Amino acid sequence: MGRVRTPRDVARRPPVPGGELATIPALARLLPFARPALPRLAVGLLSALGASLAALAIPRVLQRIVDGPLADGVRAGGLNTLWGPVGLVLLLGLAEAGLILARRTLVMFPANDVEADLRMTLFRHLQDLPIAFHDRWPGGQLLSRSMSDLGLLRRWLVFGQIQLVVSCVTVVVGMTLLVTSTGWLGLVYLAGAAPVSVIAFRFARRFRVVSRRAQDQAGDLATTVEESVHGIRVLKAFGRGSDALASFTGQAERLRTTELAKARAQASFNVTLTLIPELTLAACLVVGALQVHGGHLTIGALTGFFATVAVMGGSVVDLGMTLSMTLNARTAVDRYFDVLTTPNPLTDPDRPTAPPSAPGGAHVRLRDVTFRYDDATRPVLEHVDLDLPAGTTTALVGLTGSGKSTLAMLIPRLFDATAGTVELDGIDVRHLRRADVRRAVAVAFEDPTLFSASVRENVLLGIDDDTEDGGPGADGTGTRHDAILEEALDVAQAGFARHLPHGVETRIGEEGLSLSGGQRQRLALARAIAAHPRVLVLDDPLSALDVATEEAVTARLRDVLRTTTTLVIAHRPSTVALADRVAVLQDGRITAVGTHSELLATDAHYRYVISSLEDDAAQHGIGTLTPPEPALDDSARDGQRDAQHDDEATGARL
Amino acid sequence: MTSADPGDRLTRTESRAVRARSLTLLRDLLRPHTRLLTGSAALVVTATAGQVAGPALVAATIDHAIPALDQGNSRPLLVYGVLLVVAATAAGLANGAYVRAAATISQAVLLDLRRRVFRQTQRLSLEFHETYTSGRIISRQTSDLEALRELLDGGLTGVVANLLTMTFTGVGLALLDWRSAVVLAAAMAPAWLLTRWFQRRSQVFYRRQRTASARLIVQFVETMTGMRAVQAFRREAHTEREYGRYATAYRDANLDTFSLNGRYQPGLVLIGNLTVAAALAYGGWRVLHGYLAIGVLVAALLYVKRFFAPIQQIGMFYNSFQSATAALEKLSGLLAEEPTVVEPARPVPLPAARGDLRLDQVTFRYPRGPVVLPDLDLHIPAGQTVALVGTTGAGKSTLAKLVTRFYDATSGAVLLDDVDVRDLAGADLRRNVVMVTQEAYLFSGSVRENIALGRPGATQAEIEAAARAVGAHHFILAMPEGYDTDVNKRGGRVSAGQRQLLSFARAFLADPAVLVLDEATSSLDIPGERLVQRGLKTLLAGRTAIIIAHRLSTVAGADRVLVMERGRVVEDGTPTELITAAGRYARLHAAWQDSLV
Repeated sequence: MGRVRTPRDVARRPPVPGGELATIPALARLLPFARPALPRLAVGLLSALGASLAALAIPRVLQRIVDGPLADGVRAGGLNTLWGPVGLVLLLGLAEAGLILARRTLVMFPANDVEADLRMTLFRHLQDLPIAFHDRWPGGQLLSRSMSDLGLLRRWLVFGQIQLVVSCVTVVVGMTLLVTSTGWLGLVYLAGAAPVSVIAFRFARRFRVVSRRAQDQAGDLATTVEESVHGIRVLKAFGRGSDALASFTGQAERLRTTELAKARAQASFNVTLTLIPELTLAACLVVGALQVHGGHLTIGALTGFFATVAVMGGSVVDLGMTLSMTLNARTAVDRYFDVLTTPNPLTDPDRPTAPPSAPGGAHVRLRDVTFRYDDATRPVLEHVDLDLPAGTTTALVGLTGSGKSTLAMLIPRLFDATAGTVELDGIDVRHLRRADVRRAVAVAFEDPTLFSASVRENVLLGIDDDTEDGGPGADGTGTRHDAILEEALDVAQAGFARHLPHGVETRIGEEGLSLSGGQRQRLALARAIAAHPRVLVLDDPLSALDVATEEAVTARLRDVLRTTTTLVIAHRPSTVALADRVAVLQDGRITAVGTHSELLATDAHYRYVISSLEDDAAQHGIGTLTPPEPALDDSARDGQRDAQHDDEATGARL
Repeated sequence: MTSADPGDRLTRTESRAVRARSLTLLRDLLRPHTRLLTGSAALVVTATAGQVAGPALVAATIDHAIPALDQGNSRPLLVYGVLLVVAATAAGLANGAYVRAAATISQAVLLDLRRRVFRQTQRLSLEFHETYTSGRIISRQTSDLEALRELLDGGLTGVVANLLTMTFTGVGLALLDWRSAVVLAAAMAPAWLLTRWFQRRSQVFYRRQRTASARLIVQFVETMTGMRAVQAFRREAHTEREYGRYATAYRDANLDTFSLNGRYQPGLVLIGNLTVAAALAYGGWRVLHGYLAIGVLVAALLYVKRFFAPIQQIGMFYNSFQSATAALEKLSGLLAEEPTVVEPARPVPLPAARGDLRLDQVTFRYPRGPVVLPDLDLHIPAGQTVALVGTTGAGKSTLAKLVTRFYDATSGAVLLDDVDVRDLAGADLRRNVVMVTQEAYLFSGSVRENIALGRPGATQAEIEAAARAVGAHHFILAMPEGYDTDVNKRGGRVSAGQRQLLSFARAFLADPAVLVLDEATSSLDIPGERLVQRGLKTLLAGRTAIIIAHRLSTVAGADRVLVMERGRVVEDGTPTELITAAGRYARLHAAWQDSLV
C-alpha cells in the first residue's frame, strides 16, 4: 500500500544505457534476439510490400480501364478488351490476399519466438541477479516488463514494424506514382504532405516521454496490487482495506492522467494527419479539374490520382497509429533492457576452482569481512573474523538487527562481502561456482518460503534431481530420496506432513494447502536437512515452534549436526543448546566467542541478549546445558502427531 | 484452479453463462458513460460522413464540374472544392475529438474496473485468498485489464464508425447504382460465414490464452517472491524449466490466436477484392453497353473498395472483442465471488467497545475439513488478558480468527459487548478488535507509513510514542533516514524481529479495545521481548487481550491462562493456580523454566 508514491521506479532506476538513444538504435538492440527470425521477417516484409503494391496497383488498373476500353466505348466493340484488365484486377486482388496471408504466417512464428526468447532471457537474468537486486526492484516492475512490455513488443513485431515499413513505402511509392503520372497535381499533394513529417517528429519526442511514464506507472500499480494481496492479512487485521483502496485509486488516477495525456497527444497528431492531406486533396481536386479542363490531364489520370490517394490516405493514417505503436515498443525495449543490462556483480568466476569434496563438514572461515548494503552509508558488518571449524555447531547470538542474518547470507554467497573473504575449506567462495557453494551450504531462512508444489518437492528442493529415479516429483518407490525425505521430516518433527490429505504428495504453498507458521518453519528446516549439506545455516529455525516441538527438534538435530558444520542464529537459550560454541555479534563485530557457560560468566552483552533472568543470570548461568526432558509424555506426543486435522493444517495461515 | 477460474473447456451452457456474465459486466461498466458514448458516436458519424463525402464529391466533380467548366461555368467546381474542405475539416476535427473521447471512456472504465477488482480482493475473505493465488489476482489486474483496454482503445465506438462507414458506403452505392450494390450484398454472405467460423474458434483460443497468461504470471510472481530460496537451493534450472513450459504454452496460445486471425483477415480482403473485380466486370460491361456513366462506375468502384476497408477494421475489432471478453470472463468470475464473511445489512453500531468477549456454543470447521472447535463456551470479561496455550492444532489460532472475524463460526455466536460480531460493521469491528500475527508484512514505503497503518492520520509524535512503547524507536532512529527510511521491497532491510516490533507499534497505534496477539513475538530476541512485555503492560491495561504464544514468558503476565486441546479448553485459571494444579500447564511451565538460563 503505497501512500506517498513518488515515481519509485524512475527514481530507483540506474542510469540507463540507451535511454538517450534514438528510436531506431534503441530498437536495434533487439537484433541479437531477432537474428534467427530475420530471414522470415524479411520475406514477410516483402510479402507485405507486395500486398500493398497490389493494393496500389488496383487503382492504376482501374485507370487503364477507364481511359482505355471504357473511354473508347462501345465503338471499339471492346468487350474483349475489358476482360484483360478485369482479370488483372482479379489477379491483383488474389495476390493481395495471398500475400497478406503469407506475411502473417511468416511473421507470426518468429515474432512469437522472439518474444518467448526475450521473456526467457529476462527470466534467466533475473534468476542470475543477486538477492540485492531483488530487494531493490519492486516485483510489479519486473512483472510488467516480462508481460506487458514484451506483449507490446510482440504486437509491434507482428504488426507494427512491417506496417511501419509498408506505410512508408506505400506513401513514397504512391507519391512517386502521383508525381510521375500527374505531374503538377502530384507535386501539390507532396507539398501539402511535407509538414506532416515535421509534425510527426515533434509528436514522437513528446509521446515517448508520456509513454515511458505510463508504462512505469503501470508497473508501480502492479507492485501495489502485489503488495495488497501479499499483505492482505495485515490490511484485514487492521481493517485498512478502504485506505488501501484509496491509495490504490490515487495511483490508478495518476496512471489515467498520464494515459489521457498520451491520448491527447495522439488525438492532435491524428487531426493533423487527416486534416493536412485531406485539405491538400481539396486543393488537388480544384487544380485537377482545371487541368482536365485545360487538357493537361485526362479524366482517367485524375481518377487514378484520387484512387491512389485513397489507398495512400489509409497508409498515412496507419502511419500515425504505427508510429505511436513503435514508440510504445521502443519504451518497452528500453524498460526491458534497463533490467537486462543491469550488470550482475555476483557472478561465477571465469576459472572456477573445483569444489573441495572432502566428506563431512566443511571448514568455514570469515576473514576480516565487512559488509555494507549498496545504498547504505554504514556497514552492517565490520571486520568480522569468524572461524567455524569443520563439524562444529556455532550459535550466532546478537540483538535483533545486529547483522546476524546478513552474516549468514554471506556463507552461501547470496551476498558478497564488501571487503574481506568468506572461505570454504580455505577457498574463497568467490572462486567457486555459485552452484557449488550452494550445494555445500544449505540455509533455513527465518521466513520459510514454500513453493506451490508437493511437500516432497519442497523438502527435496536442495537435492539435485539429475538422477532419473526417485527425483523430486517422481513417484519414487522406496528410493534413496524417500529415505532422505523420511529422515528430514522426522528430524524436523514435520511428521504432520504424512497426515495431510495426500500425505507428502499434498500440494502446499500458495496454490495449495496453507500451513501455519510453525509448520512451514519445520518444513523449511526439513528442506535444509534433506540437502545433506556440508554446511548448514539455520536462521532462527525454531522461533515458531512450541516448547515441546522445539525440544524434540533439538534432540534430533544434535545427531544430524554431528557431521555438519553449522551456524545457527539463536535468540533463545533453547536454540543455543544446539551449539558447541557461541559467537556474539554486537554492532557488526564479533565481540566474543566461547561456550555458552563461559560467555554467560564473562560476557555481559551475551547475558543481556540471551538471558531472561537478567539479574540472576550470572549465578544461574554457570549451570550445564543439558537438553531438557521432553515436557510431554509419549502418549501426549503421539496425540500431537495424530492431530493432523488441526486448524493450521486444514486451512488458515495467519 | 478453483471454480472461480473457468477452464478453457466449458460445456455449451456454461460457456454461454460465462459469456453472458462477462457481457453484463461490460455493459455495467459502460453504463455511466452512455452520454459520452453517444457523443463520441456522433463524432464518429461526423468523421465518417466527412470521409464518405470524399469520393462522392470527387465523382461529382468529374461528372458535373468538369463538363460545367468546359461550358465556362466554374461555380460547381468551386462549390465542390469548398464542400470537400468542409468535409475534410469536419472529419479531421471530429476524428481528433473522438480519439480523446474514446480514451476518456476507456480510461474511466479501466479505473472503475481496477477499483472494483481491488475492492473485491480486499472484501473477499481469507478463505478465498488461501486458494486464489496472488499471481492470479495480479494477472487479473494487469494482463486481463490490458486485453480489455485494447478493445476500448481500439474503439468500442470505432466499430460504430466502421459499421457506419459501411452502411453509408453501402447506401451511397445503392443510391448511385443499385446493381453494384447487389453485387456487394452477395459478397456479405461468405463474409458472414467466415466471421462465424472465426467467432467460434477464437472464443476457445482466447480463453486458453487468458489462462496461459495467468499461469505464467503466477509462476513468475512465485519465483520472484521466493528468490532467496530459489538461489540458495540452486533451483534456477528447475524453475527455468517450469517457467519455460508456461512461457511456451503462452506462446502457443498466442500463436493460435494470431494464426486464426491471420486467416480471418486475408479472408476478408480476398472477399473484398473479388467483389471489386466482380463489380468492375459487371459495371464495365454495362458502361460498354452504355447503361452506365463512366463517372458513376468510378465512384461505384471506389465505394466498393471503401466498403471493404472497414470490414478489415471490424475484423480487428472483433478480434480484440473476443480477447477482451475472454479477459472479462475471468474478471467477472473474480467479481462474482462472494465473501464467506459478509457485512451485515443492518449493522449494530458500536462506536467504542468495552471489550467483553463471549463465545456462545461455538462450533467451527473449515470448509470440507474436520471440526476444529467442537463446542466452545467462553467468556472473557472486558479488560482481561488471556493467554492461550496448547499444542499445534489445539484450535488457538482458530479461536483468534473467530474473535477477529477472519472466519465465521459454523454454529453458535461470537459476541463482543453482547453484540454478535456478525452484526457489526466491518469498520466498527476492526477499530475495536485488532490482531497482530507472526507474519509481520511491511508495505513498501517509509517506516512511518508502515506504523501509521495502525491509525492513518496519526501524528509523528503519536507514531514515535507507539514505536517507543514497543522498543522500536531506537533502531528506527539508527536507520539511514529514521522514520522516513524506505523499508524496501518486503521489508528486505529490516530483520524479522524488527518487523515484528514495527507491527507491534502498529497495534499500539491502533489502540483497540480487544487485542489479539497470535505468535506476535516469536522472532523477537529476549531483550526485545522484554521491552515488548514492558510495553504490553501499558498497552494491555484496561484492554481485553488474547495472547497466543509458544514462549511462556509472554504468558506469565496474563490474568488467566487457557490450556486448549483438540478444540476444547482443558485448563482454565490464573497462571499461579495452574502451576499449583500440576496439570499440563504446570508441566509446560517447568520445561520452559528449564530452558531458561
